[in-house]
Amino acid sequence: MAERGGGRPVAFRGGGFSPRPSGVVGPLVFAAVIALWEAGCRAGLIPPLVLPAPSEALAALAHLVETGLLWKHLGASLQRLLVGWTLGTLLGIAVGFAIGLFSLARAGLAPVVAAIFPIPKIALLPLFVVWFGIGEGSKVATILFGTFFPTVVATYGGVDNVDRGLIRMGQSFGLSWLSIVRKIILPGALPAILPGFRISAAIAIVLLVAAEMIGAEYGVGAYILLAGSLMALDELLAGVAILSVMGLAVNWLIARTERFLLRWRT
Amino acid sequence: MELRLAGLHHGYGDIEVLRGIDLEIPAGRIVCIVGPSGCGKSTLLRLIGGLERPERGEVVQTGEPPPGCLNPLTYIFQDFALLPWRTVEGNVRLVLEDHGFGRAETAGIVDGVLARTRLSEFRTAFPRQLSGGMKQRVAIARALAVSPAFLLMDEPLSALDAQTRELLLDDLVDLWTRERFSGVYVTHNLREAVRLGHRIVLLSRRPGTVREVLEIDVPLDARAGRARQLEAHRNRLWRLLRDEAHAADAELVDG
Repeated sequence: MAERGGGRPVAFRGGGFSPRPSGVVGPLVFAAVIALWEAGCRAGLIPPLVLPAPSEALAALAHLVETGLLWKHLGASLQRLLVGWTLGTLLGIAVGFAIGLFSLARAGLAPVVAAIFPIPKIALLPLFVVWFGIGEGSKVATILFGTFFPTVVATYGGVDNVDRGLIRMGQSFGLSWLSIVRKIILPGALPAILPGFRISAAIAIVLLVAAEMIGAEYGVGAYILLAGSLMALDELLAGVAILSVMGLAVNWLIARTERFLLRWRT
Repeated sequence: MELRLAGLHHGYGDIEVLRGIDLEIPAGRIVCIVGPSGCGKSTLLRLIGGLERPERGEVVQTGEPPPGCLNPLTYIFQDFALLPWRTVEGNVRLVLEDHGFGRAETAGIVDGVLARTRLSEFRTAFPRQLSGGMKQRVAIARALAVSPAFLLMDEPLSALDAQTRELLLDDLVDLWTRERFSGVYVTHNLREAVRLGHRIVLLSRRPGTVREVLEIDVPLDARAGRARQLEAHRNRLWRLLRDEAHAADAELVDG
Protein backbone atom coordinates (compact mmCIF):
# COMPACT_ATOMS: atom_id res chain seq x y z
CA MET A 1 0.00 0.00 0.00
CA ALA A 2 2.07 2.94 1.26
CA GLU A 3 5.56 3.40 -0.13
CA ARG A 4 8.28 2.88 2.40
CA GLY A 5 9.35 6.08 4.18
CA GLY A 6 7.06 8.38 2.13
CA GLY A 7 3.54 7.37 2.93
CA ARG A 8 0.30 9.12 2.07
CA PRO A 9 -1.76 11.53 4.17
CA VAL A 10 -4.98 9.99 5.48
CA ALA A 11 -7.86 11.29 3.37
CA PHE A 12 -10.22 13.67 5.17
CA ARG A 13 -13.77 12.33 5.24
CA GLY A 14 -15.39 14.10 8.19
CA GLY A 15 -16.87 17.16 6.44
CA GLY A 16 -20.41 18.18 5.54
CA PHE A 17 -23.74 17.81 7.37
CA SER A 18 -23.39 21.12 9.19
CA PRO A 19 -25.13 23.92 7.24
CA ARG A 20 -23.83 27.36 8.16
CA PRO A 21 -25.96 30.48 8.02
CA SER A 22 -24.93 33.05 5.43
CA GLY A 23 -26.27 36.59 5.46
CA VAL A 24 -26.05 37.47 1.77
CA VAL A 25 -27.43 34.42 -0.05
CA GLY A 26 -31.02 34.83 1.15
CA PRO A 27 -31.58 38.44 -0.01
CA LEU A 28 -29.70 37.62 -3.23
CA VAL A 29 -32.09 34.78 -4.12
CA PHE A 30 -35.01 37.04 -3.25
CA ALA A 31 -33.76 39.82 -5.50
CA ALA A 32 -33.02 37.38 -8.33
CA VAL A 33 -36.54 35.90 -8.29
CA ILE A 34 -38.15 39.35 -8.34
CA ALA A 35 -35.82 40.59 -11.09
CA LEU A 36 -36.59 37.51 -13.21
CA TRP A 37 -40.31 37.97 -12.67
CA GLU A 38 -40.17 41.68 -13.57
CA ALA A 39 -38.14 40.92 -16.68
CA GLY A 40 -40.60 38.23 -17.73
CA CYS A 41 -43.52 40.65 -17.41
CA ARG A 42 -41.74 43.42 -19.34
CA ALA A 43 -40.76 41.04 -22.11
CA GLY A 44 -44.38 39.92 -22.44
CA LEU A 45 -43.63 36.32 -21.46
CA ILE A 46 -45.99 36.57 -18.47
CA PRO A 47 -49.38 38.08 -19.45
CA PRO A 48 -50.52 40.77 -16.96
CA LEU A 49 -53.87 39.01 -16.58
CA VAL A 50 -52.14 35.97 -15.14
CA LEU A 51 -49.53 37.69 -12.97
CA PRO A 52 -48.91 41.43 -12.77
CA ALA A 53 -45.33 42.68 -12.55
CA PRO A 54 -43.80 43.32 -9.11
CA SER A 55 -43.55 47.00 -10.02
CA GLU A 56 -47.34 47.13 -10.47
CA ALA A 57 -47.89 45.49 -7.10
CA LEU A 58 -45.50 48.05 -5.63
CA ALA A 59 -47.49 50.85 -7.26
CA ALA A 60 -50.67 49.44 -5.72
CA LEU A 61 -48.91 49.41 -2.35
CA ALA A 62 -47.79 53.01 -2.83
CA HIS A 63 -51.37 53.96 -3.65
CA LEU A 64 -52.48 52.31 -0.41
CA VAL A 65 -49.97 54.39 1.53
CA GLU A 66 -50.92 57.64 -0.24
CA THR A 67 -54.63 57.27 0.39
CA GLY A 68 -53.96 56.31 4.00
CA LEU A 69 -55.98 53.14 3.53
CA LEU A 70 -52.95 51.02 4.47
CA TRP A 71 -53.07 52.13 8.09
CA LYS A 72 -56.81 51.58 8.26
CA HIS A 73 -56.51 48.02 6.94
CA LEU A 74 -53.38 47.22 8.88
CA GLY A 75 -54.68 48.83 12.07
CA ALA A 76 -57.91 46.84 11.99
CA SER A 77 -56.01 43.61 11.31
CA LEU A 78 -53.33 44.12 13.94
CA GLN A 79 -55.91 44.99 16.55
CA ARG A 80 -57.82 41.74 15.94
CA LEU A 81 -54.61 39.78 15.85
CA LEU A 82 -53.29 41.29 19.08
CA VAL A 83 -56.50 40.92 21.07
CA GLY A 84 -57.27 37.42 19.81
CA TRP A 85 -53.76 36.09 20.13
CA THR A 86 -53.11 37.60 23.57
CA LEU A 87 -56.35 36.31 25.05
CA GLY A 88 -55.92 32.89 23.43
CA THR A 89 -52.34 32.64 24.67
CA LEU A 90 -53.11 33.73 28.23
CA LEU A 91 -56.04 31.34 28.50
CA GLY A 92 -54.00 28.61 26.85
CA ILE A 93 -51.13 28.98 29.32
CA ALA A 94 -53.55 28.99 32.26
CA VAL A 95 -55.34 25.84 31.08
CA GLY A 96 -52.04 24.21 30.09
CA PHE A 97 -50.70 24.77 33.61
CA ALA A 98 -53.92 23.40 35.12
CA ILE A 99 -53.59 20.24 33.01
CA GLY A 100 -49.90 19.97 33.84
CA LEU A 101 -50.36 20.42 37.59
CA PHE A 102 -53.70 18.94 38.65
CA SER A 103 -54.81 15.36 38.11
CA LEU A 104 -58.47 16.31 37.92
CA ALA A 105 -57.88 18.98 35.27
CA ARG A 106 -55.73 16.55 33.31
CA ALA A 107 -58.34 13.81 33.40
CA GLY A 108 -61.15 16.19 32.54
CA LEU A 109 -59.65 18.66 30.11
CA ALA A 110 -56.92 16.82 28.22
CA PRO A 111 -59.38 14.65 26.23
CA VAL A 112 -61.52 17.69 25.40
CA VAL A 113 -58.46 19.56 24.14
CA ALA A 114 -57.36 16.54 22.13
CA ALA A 115 -60.82 16.32 20.53
CA ILE A 116 -61.12 20.01 19.59
CA PHE A 117 -57.47 20.69 18.70
CA PRO A 118 -57.57 19.06 15.22
CA ILE A 119 -60.74 20.85 14.06
CA PRO A 120 -59.81 23.59 11.59
CA LYS A 121 -61.18 26.62 13.38
CA ILE A 122 -62.22 28.14 10.04
CA ALA A 123 -64.96 25.52 9.99
CA LEU A 124 -66.29 27.02 13.21
CA LEU A 125 -66.32 30.56 11.85
CA PRO A 126 -70.00 30.49 10.79
CA LEU A 127 -70.84 29.27 14.27
CA PHE A 128 -68.91 32.15 15.82
CA VAL A 129 -70.76 34.59 13.54
CA VAL A 130 -74.03 33.24 14.95
CA TRP A 131 -72.74 33.45 18.53
CA PHE A 132 -70.73 36.66 18.53
CA GLY A 133 -72.19 38.59 15.60
CA ILE A 134 -70.73 39.51 12.26
CA GLY A 135 -68.56 42.27 13.79
CA GLU A 136 -65.31 42.11 15.74
CA GLY A 137 -66.53 39.45 18.17
CA SER A 138 -66.53 36.53 15.76
CA LYS A 139 -63.16 37.48 14.28
CA VAL A 140 -61.44 37.79 17.65
CA ALA A 141 -63.11 34.60 18.85
CA THR A 142 -61.81 32.65 15.84
CA ILE A 143 -58.25 33.80 16.46
CA LEU A 144 -58.60 33.22 20.20
CA PHE A 145 -59.80 29.68 19.62
CA GLY A 146 -57.15 28.99 17.04
CA THR A 147 -54.29 30.10 19.30
CA PHE A 148 -55.72 28.64 22.50
CA PHE A 149 -55.32 24.96 21.64
CA PRO A 150 -51.74 24.83 20.39
CA THR A 151 -50.73 26.93 23.41
CA VAL A 152 -52.44 24.51 25.80
CA VAL A 153 -50.68 21.55 24.23
CA ALA A 154 -47.27 23.26 24.20
CA THR A 155 -47.68 24.45 27.80
CA TYR A 156 -48.66 21.20 29.39
CA GLY A 157 -46.02 19.37 27.40
CA GLY A 158 -43.52 21.86 28.79
CA VAL A 159 -44.78 21.46 32.36
CA ASP A 160 -44.55 17.68 32.00
CA ASN A 161 -40.96 17.96 30.86
CA VAL A 162 -39.67 20.10 33.71
CA ASP A 163 -36.83 18.22 35.40
CA ARG A 164 -38.42 16.32 38.32
CA GLY A 165 -35.10 16.55 40.13
CA LEU A 166 -35.42 20.35 40.30
CA ILE A 167 -38.95 20.07 41.67
CA ARG A 168 -37.78 17.58 44.28
CA MET A 169 -34.95 19.97 45.15
CA GLY A 170 -37.52 22.73 45.71
CA GLN A 171 -39.55 20.45 47.96
CA SER A 172 -36.47 19.35 49.89
CA PHE A 173 -35.72 22.99 50.74
CA GLY A 174 -39.27 23.51 51.92
CA LEU A 175 -40.28 25.93 49.14
CA SER A 176 -43.98 26.75 49.04
CA TRP A 177 -46.16 25.30 46.30
CA LEU A 178 -46.53 28.69 44.67
CA SER A 179 -42.77 29.26 44.76
CA ILE A 180 -42.14 25.92 43.07
CA VAL A 181 -44.66 26.74 40.33
CA ARG A 182 -43.38 30.28 39.81
CA LYS A 183 -39.66 29.80 40.17
CA ILE A 184 -39.09 26.25 38.96
CA ILE A 185 -41.97 25.04 36.77
CA LEU A 186 -42.74 28.25 34.87
CA PRO A 187 -39.16 29.00 33.77
CA GLY A 188 -38.59 25.29 33.18
CA ALA A 189 -41.59 25.08 30.84
CA LEU A 190 -40.71 28.29 28.98
CA PRO A 191 -38.40 26.60 26.44
CA ALA A 192 -41.44 24.58 25.31
CA ILE A 193 -44.00 27.39 25.55
CA LEU A 194 -42.12 29.95 23.44
CA PRO A 195 -41.78 27.80 20.29
CA GLY A 196 -45.52 27.20 20.69
CA PHE A 197 -45.91 30.97 20.20
CA ARG A 198 -44.47 30.68 16.70
CA ILE A 199 -47.05 28.08 15.74
CA SER A 200 -49.95 29.93 17.34
CA ALA A 201 -48.90 33.23 15.72
CA ALA A 202 -48.83 31.62 12.27
CA ILE A 203 -52.25 30.07 12.88
CA ALA A 204 -53.54 33.44 14.09
CA ILE A 205 -52.54 35.15 10.82
CA VAL A 206 -54.20 32.43 8.72
CA LEU A 207 -57.41 32.71 10.73
CA LEU A 208 -57.28 36.51 10.68
CA VAL A 209 -57.38 36.60 6.88
CA ALA A 210 -60.10 33.96 6.73
CA ALA A 211 -62.22 35.78 9.31
CA GLU A 212 -61.81 39.12 7.56
CA MET A 213 -63.13 37.62 4.37
CA ILE A 214 -66.53 37.44 6.00
CA GLY A 215 -68.17 40.78 6.57
CA ALA A 216 -65.26 43.04 7.37
CA GLU A 217 -65.04 46.58 6.03
CA TYR A 218 -61.37 47.05 6.81
CA GLY A 219 -58.55 44.59 7.27
CA VAL A 220 -55.87 43.03 5.08
CA GLY A 221 -58.09 40.00 4.44
CA ALA A 222 -61.00 42.18 3.34
CA TYR A 223 -58.69 44.15 1.06
CA ILE A 224 -57.40 40.98 -0.59
CA LEU A 225 -60.91 39.58 -1.04
CA LEU A 226 -62.13 42.80 -2.65
CA ALA A 227 -59.10 42.97 -4.94
CA GLY A 228 -59.66 39.37 -5.96
CA SER A 229 -63.30 39.82 -6.80
CA LEU A 230 -62.43 42.89 -8.92
CA MET A 231 -59.63 40.94 -10.62
CA ALA A 232 -57.23 43.66 -9.43
CA LEU A 233 -54.31 41.29 -9.19
CA ASP A 234 -51.77 44.02 -8.45
CA GLU A 235 -53.70 45.00 -5.34
CA LEU A 236 -54.08 41.37 -4.39
CA LEU A 237 -50.33 40.88 -4.57
CA ALA A 238 -49.79 44.03 -2.51
CA GLY A 239 -52.09 42.57 0.16
CA VAL A 240 -50.21 39.27 0.12
CA ALA A 241 -46.91 41.13 0.51
CA ILE A 242 -48.31 42.90 3.57
CA LEU A 243 -49.21 39.52 5.08
CA SER A 244 -45.73 38.20 4.43
CA VAL A 245 -44.14 41.20 6.14
CA MET A 246 -46.57 40.83 9.02
CA GLY A 247 -45.56 37.19 9.46
CA LEU A 248 -41.87 38.04 9.34
CA ALA A 249 -42.29 40.84 11.87
CA VAL A 250 -44.15 38.58 14.29
CA ASN A 251 -41.51 35.90 13.91
CA TRP A 252 -38.76 38.41 14.57
CA LEU A 253 -40.49 39.64 17.71
CA ILE A 254 -40.87 36.10 19.03
CA ALA A 255 -37.24 35.31 18.24
CA ARG A 256 -36.16 38.41 20.19
CA THR A 257 -38.36 37.45 23.14
CA GLU A 258 -36.97 33.93 23.08
CA ARG A 259 -33.41 35.15 23.01
CA PHE A 260 -34.07 37.44 25.95
CA LEU A 261 -36.02 35.00 28.13
CA LEU A 262 -33.88 31.96 27.36
CA ARG A 263 -30.49 33.65 27.51
CA TRP A 264 -29.49 31.25 30.28
CA ARG A 265 -29.38 28.44 27.74
CA THR A 266 -26.29 27.54 25.78
CA MET B 1 -30.94 16.94 67.09
CA GLU B 2 -30.54 13.28 66.17
CA LEU B 3 -32.33 10.86 63.88
CA ARG B 4 -33.49 7.34 64.54
CA LEU B 5 -34.72 4.94 61.89
CA ALA B 6 -37.00 2.23 63.26
CA GLY B 7 -38.01 -0.79 61.23
CA LEU B 8 -38.02 0.92 57.84
CA HIS B 9 -39.56 -1.08 55.03
CA HIS B 10 -40.01 0.17 51.52
CA GLY B 11 -40.76 -1.15 48.07
CA TYR B 12 -41.93 -0.17 44.63
CA GLY B 13 -44.78 -2.32 43.38
CA ASP B 14 -43.79 -5.93 43.94
CA ILE B 15 -40.13 -5.15 44.42
CA GLU B 16 -39.00 -4.94 48.02
CA VAL B 17 -36.21 -2.39 48.24
CA LEU B 18 -35.52 -1.98 51.96
CA ARG B 19 -36.24 -4.44 54.73
CA GLY B 20 -36.17 -3.69 58.42
CA ILE B 21 -33.64 -0.89 58.66
CA ASP B 22 -32.85 0.19 62.23
CA LEU B 23 -30.25 2.88 62.57
CA GLU B 24 -29.17 5.68 64.88
CA ILE B 25 -27.79 8.79 63.23
CA PRO B 26 -25.90 10.89 65.78
CA ALA B 27 -25.29 14.63 65.65
CA GLY B 28 -21.95 16.13 64.67
CA ARG B 29 -20.70 13.10 62.77
CA ILE B 30 -20.89 11.73 59.26
CA VAL B 31 -22.59 8.41 58.64
CA CYS B 32 -21.73 6.84 55.31
CA ILE B 33 -24.13 4.40 53.72
CA VAL B 34 -22.51 2.05 51.22
CA GLY B 35 -23.80 -0.95 49.34
CA PRO B 36 -24.01 -2.57 45.92
CA SER B 37 -25.91 -0.74 43.20
CA GLY B 38 -29.66 -1.04 43.47
CA CYS B 39 -29.59 -1.85 47.17
CA GLY B 40 -31.82 1.08 48.06
CA LYS B 41 -29.17 3.51 49.38
CA SER B 42 -30.71 6.51 47.65
CA THR B 43 -34.21 5.40 48.57
CA LEU B 44 -33.11 5.25 52.19
CA LEU B 45 -31.79 8.81 51.98
CA ARG B 46 -35.08 10.02 50.46
CA LEU B 47 -36.95 8.34 53.31
CA ILE B 48 -34.69 9.98 55.89
CA GLY B 49 -35.36 13.48 54.53
CA GLY B 50 -39.09 12.99 54.01
CA LEU B 51 -39.07 13.05 50.22
CA GLU B 52 -40.67 9.62 50.26
CA ARG B 53 -42.99 7.94 52.73
CA PRO B 54 -41.88 4.52 54.02
CA GLU B 55 -44.32 1.63 53.68
CA ARG B 56 -43.64 0.59 57.25
CA GLY B 57 -41.51 1.90 60.09
CA GLU B 58 -40.63 5.49 60.78
CA VAL B 59 -37.92 8.09 60.85
CA VAL B 60 -37.91 9.85 64.20
CA GLN B 61 -36.28 13.15 65.00
CA THR B 62 -35.14 13.47 68.61
CA GLY B 63 -34.32 16.83 70.10
CA GLU B 64 -34.78 20.21 68.47
CA PRO B 65 -32.79 21.54 65.53
CA PRO B 66 -30.28 24.22 66.51
CA PRO B 67 -31.61 27.80 66.62
CA GLY B 68 -31.43 29.65 63.30
CA CYS B 69 -31.84 26.45 61.32
CA LEU B 70 -34.14 27.09 58.35
CA ASN B 71 -34.32 23.62 56.85
CA PRO B 72 -33.19 20.88 59.27
CA LEU B 73 -32.85 18.10 56.68
CA THR B 74 -31.07 19.48 53.62
CA TYR B 75 -30.02 17.52 50.55
CA ILE B 76 -27.06 17.70 48.26
CA PHE B 77 -27.93 15.88 45.06
CA GLN B 78 -25.80 13.85 42.69
CA ASP B 79 -26.88 15.94 39.68
CA PHE B 80 -26.47 19.25 41.63
CA ALA B 81 -30.11 20.30 40.93
CA LEU B 82 -29.21 23.92 40.22
CA LEU B 83 -31.73 26.09 38.37
CA PRO B 84 -30.05 26.78 35.01
CA TRP B 85 -31.88 30.11 34.63
CA ARG B 86 -30.49 31.52 37.87
CA THR B 87 -26.98 32.71 38.56
CA VAL B 88 -24.87 31.28 41.35
CA GLU B 89 -26.16 33.82 43.86
CA GLY B 90 -29.71 33.47 42.48
CA ASN B 91 -29.56 29.76 43.15
CA VAL B 92 -28.49 30.35 46.72
CA ARG B 93 -31.09 33.07 47.19
CA LEU B 94 -33.84 30.74 45.99
CA VAL B 95 -33.86 28.75 49.21
CA LEU B 96 -33.99 31.91 51.36
CA GLU B 97 -36.79 33.70 49.53
CA ASP B 98 -39.63 31.90 51.28
CA HIS B 99 -38.36 32.79 54.75
CA GLY B 100 -39.28 36.47 54.69
CA PHE B 101 -35.82 37.95 55.20
CA GLY B 102 -35.14 41.52 54.22
CA ARG B 103 -32.99 42.31 51.22
CA ALA B 104 -29.92 43.14 53.29
CA GLU B 105 -30.28 40.10 55.50
CA THR B 106 -30.58 37.78 52.48
CA ALA B 107 -27.56 39.38 50.84
CA GLY B 108 -25.62 38.90 54.08
CA ILE B 109 -26.35 35.18 54.21
CA VAL B 110 -25.59 34.73 50.50
CA ASP B 111 -22.29 36.61 50.80
CA GLY B 112 -21.40 34.53 53.83
CA VAL B 113 -21.92 31.11 52.27
CA LEU B 114 -20.32 32.09 48.97
CA ALA B 115 -17.25 33.24 50.88
CA ARG B 116 -17.17 30.02 52.90
CA THR B 117 -17.22 27.92 49.73
CA ARG B 118 -14.80 30.28 47.93
CA LEU B 119 -17.36 31.13 45.25
CA SER B 120 -17.57 34.90 45.73
CA GLU B 121 -16.00 35.75 42.39
CA PHE B 122 -18.41 33.47 40.51
CA ARG B 123 -21.58 34.93 41.97
CA THR B 124 -22.97 36.21 38.68
CA ALA B 125 -22.09 33.13 36.60
CA PHE B 126 -24.79 30.84 35.23
CA PRO B 127 -24.54 27.10 35.98
CA ARG B 128 -23.75 26.27 32.34
CA GLN B 129 -20.55 28.32 32.66
CA LEU B 130 -19.31 26.25 35.61
CA SER B 131 -17.48 22.94 35.74
CA GLY B 132 -19.07 20.00 37.52
CA GLY B 133 -17.00 20.54 40.64
CA MET B 134 -17.96 24.21 40.84
CA LYS B 135 -21.62 23.34 40.36
CA GLN B 136 -21.47 20.96 43.29
CA ARG B 137 -19.80 23.66 45.39
CA VAL B 138 -22.68 25.97 44.54
CA ALA B 139 -25.06 23.24 45.70
CA ILE B 140 -23.06 22.96 48.94
CA ALA B 141 -23.22 26.73 49.41
CA ARG B 142 -26.98 26.61 48.85
CA ALA B 143 -27.29 23.86 51.46
CA LEU B 144 -25.21 25.82 53.98
CA ALA B 145 -27.40 28.90 53.46
CA VAL B 146 -30.29 27.27 55.31
CA SER B 147 -28.01 26.23 58.22
CA PRO B 148 -29.11 22.61 58.18
CA ALA B 149 -29.05 20.29 61.18
CA PHE B 150 -28.29 17.39 58.83
CA LEU B 151 -26.72 17.34 55.39
CA LEU B 152 -28.11 14.45 53.35
CA MET B 153 -25.69 13.79 50.53
CA ASP B 154 -26.73 11.48 47.71
CA GLU B 155 -23.56 10.40 45.88
CA PRO B 156 -22.52 14.05 45.62
CA LEU B 157 -19.25 13.27 43.86
CA SER B 158 -20.39 10.53 41.50
CA ALA B 159 -21.07 12.85 38.56
CA LEU B 160 -17.54 14.28 38.72
CA ASP B 161 -14.26 13.16 37.23
CA ALA B 162 -11.65 11.52 39.47
CA GLN B 163 -9.50 14.64 39.98
CA THR B 164 -12.38 16.93 40.83
CA ARG B 165 -13.72 14.27 43.18
CA GLU B 166 -10.42 14.32 45.06
CA LEU B 167 -10.51 18.12 45.41
CA LEU B 168 -14.10 18.16 46.59
CA LEU B 169 -13.44 15.37 49.06
CA ASP B 170 -10.77 17.57 50.66
CA ASP B 171 -13.24 20.46 50.65
CA LEU B 172 -15.80 18.36 52.48
CA VAL B 173 -13.22 17.28 55.05
CA ASP B 174 -12.24 20.95 55.60
CA LEU B 175 -15.87 21.92 55.86
CA TRP B 176 -16.58 19.27 58.47
CA THR B 177 -13.47 20.19 60.44
CA ARG B 178 -14.64 23.81 60.55
CA GLU B 179 -18.37 23.37 61.02
CA ARG B 180 -18.78 19.90 62.56
CA PHE B 181 -21.98 19.34 60.66
CA SER B 182 -24.03 16.17 60.93
CA GLY B 183 -24.27 14.26 57.72
CA VAL B 184 -25.55 11.18 55.98
CA TYR B 185 -23.41 10.38 52.97
CA VAL B 186 -24.60 7.81 50.46
CA THR B 187 -21.97 6.43 48.10
CA HIS B 188 -20.93 3.30 46.27
CA ASN B 189 -17.33 4.42 46.52
CA LEU B 190 -15.57 2.79 49.48
CA ARG B 191 -12.61 5.18 49.33
CA GLU B 192 -14.93 8.15 49.83
CA ALA B 193 -16.63 6.28 52.65
CA VAL B 194 -13.42 5.60 54.60
CA ARG B 195 -12.22 9.18 54.06
CA LEU B 196 -15.41 10.85 55.27
CA GLY B 197 -17.31 8.43 57.46
CA HIS B 198 -17.13 8.31 61.24
CA ARG B 199 -19.49 5.42 60.92
CA ILE B 200 -19.96 3.30 57.84
CA VAL B 201 -23.17 1.36 57.32
CA LEU B 202 -22.94 -1.45 54.79
CA LEU B 203 -26.21 -2.48 53.17
CA SER B 204 -26.78 -5.85 51.56
CA ARG B 205 -28.10 -6.18 48.04
CA ARG B 206 -31.80 -5.80 47.40
CA PRO B 207 -33.83 -5.98 49.57
CA GLY B 208 -31.42 -3.81 51.52
CA THR B 209 -30.74 -4.72 55.14
CA VAL B 210 -27.98 -3.49 57.42
CA ARG B 211 -25.16 -5.95 56.89
CA GLU B 212 -22.47 -4.34 59.00
CA VAL B 213 -21.74 -1.15 60.89
CA LEU B 214 -18.14 -0.03 61.08
CA GLU B 215 -16.75 2.74 63.27
CA ILE B 216 -13.56 4.50 62.22
CA ASP B 217 -12.05 6.55 65.06
CA VAL B 218 -9.28 8.25 63.10
CA PRO B 219 -10.13 12.01 63.05
CA LEU B 220 -11.16 13.20 59.59
CA ASP B 221 -8.36 15.74 59.23
CA ALA B 222 -5.75 13.13 60.14
CA ARG B 223 -6.92 10.55 57.65
CA ALA B 224 -4.91 11.77 54.68
CA GLY B 225 -1.74 10.63 56.50
CA ARG B 226 -3.08 7.24 57.60
CA ALA B 227 -3.47 5.67 54.21
CA ARG B 228 -2.54 2.19 55.38
CA GLN B 229 -5.05 2.09 58.19
CA LEU B 230 -7.80 3.33 55.87
CA GLU B 231 -6.79 0.83 53.25
CA ALA B 232 -7.32 -1.96 55.77
CA HIS B 233 -10.83 -0.69 56.49
CA ARG B 234 -11.50 -0.39 52.81
CA ASN B 235 -10.33 -3.92 52.10
CA ARG B 236 -12.47 -5.29 54.88
CA LEU B 237 -15.51 -3.49 53.49
CA TRP B 238 -14.74 -4.65 49.98
CA ARG B 239 -14.49 -8.29 51.11
CA LEU B 240 -17.93 -7.97 52.67
CA LEU B 241 -19.33 -6.15 49.69
CA ARG B 242 -17.80 -8.11 46.83
CA ASP B 243 -20.10 -11.10 46.83
CA GLU B 244 -23.16 -8.90 47.27
CA ALA B 245 -22.06 -6.65 44.45
CA HIS B 246 -21.35 -9.61 42.21
CA ALA B 247 -24.75 -11.15 42.87
CA ALA B 248 -26.48 -7.78 42.39
CA ASP B 249 -24.65 -7.26 39.13
CA ALA B 250 -25.81 -10.61 37.77
CA GLU B 251 -29.47 -9.91 38.56
CA LEU B 252 -31.99 -9.02 35.89
CA VAL B 253 -33.20 -5.48 36.34
CA ASP B 254 -36.90 -6.33 36.28
CA GLY B 255 -36.46 -9.91 37.56
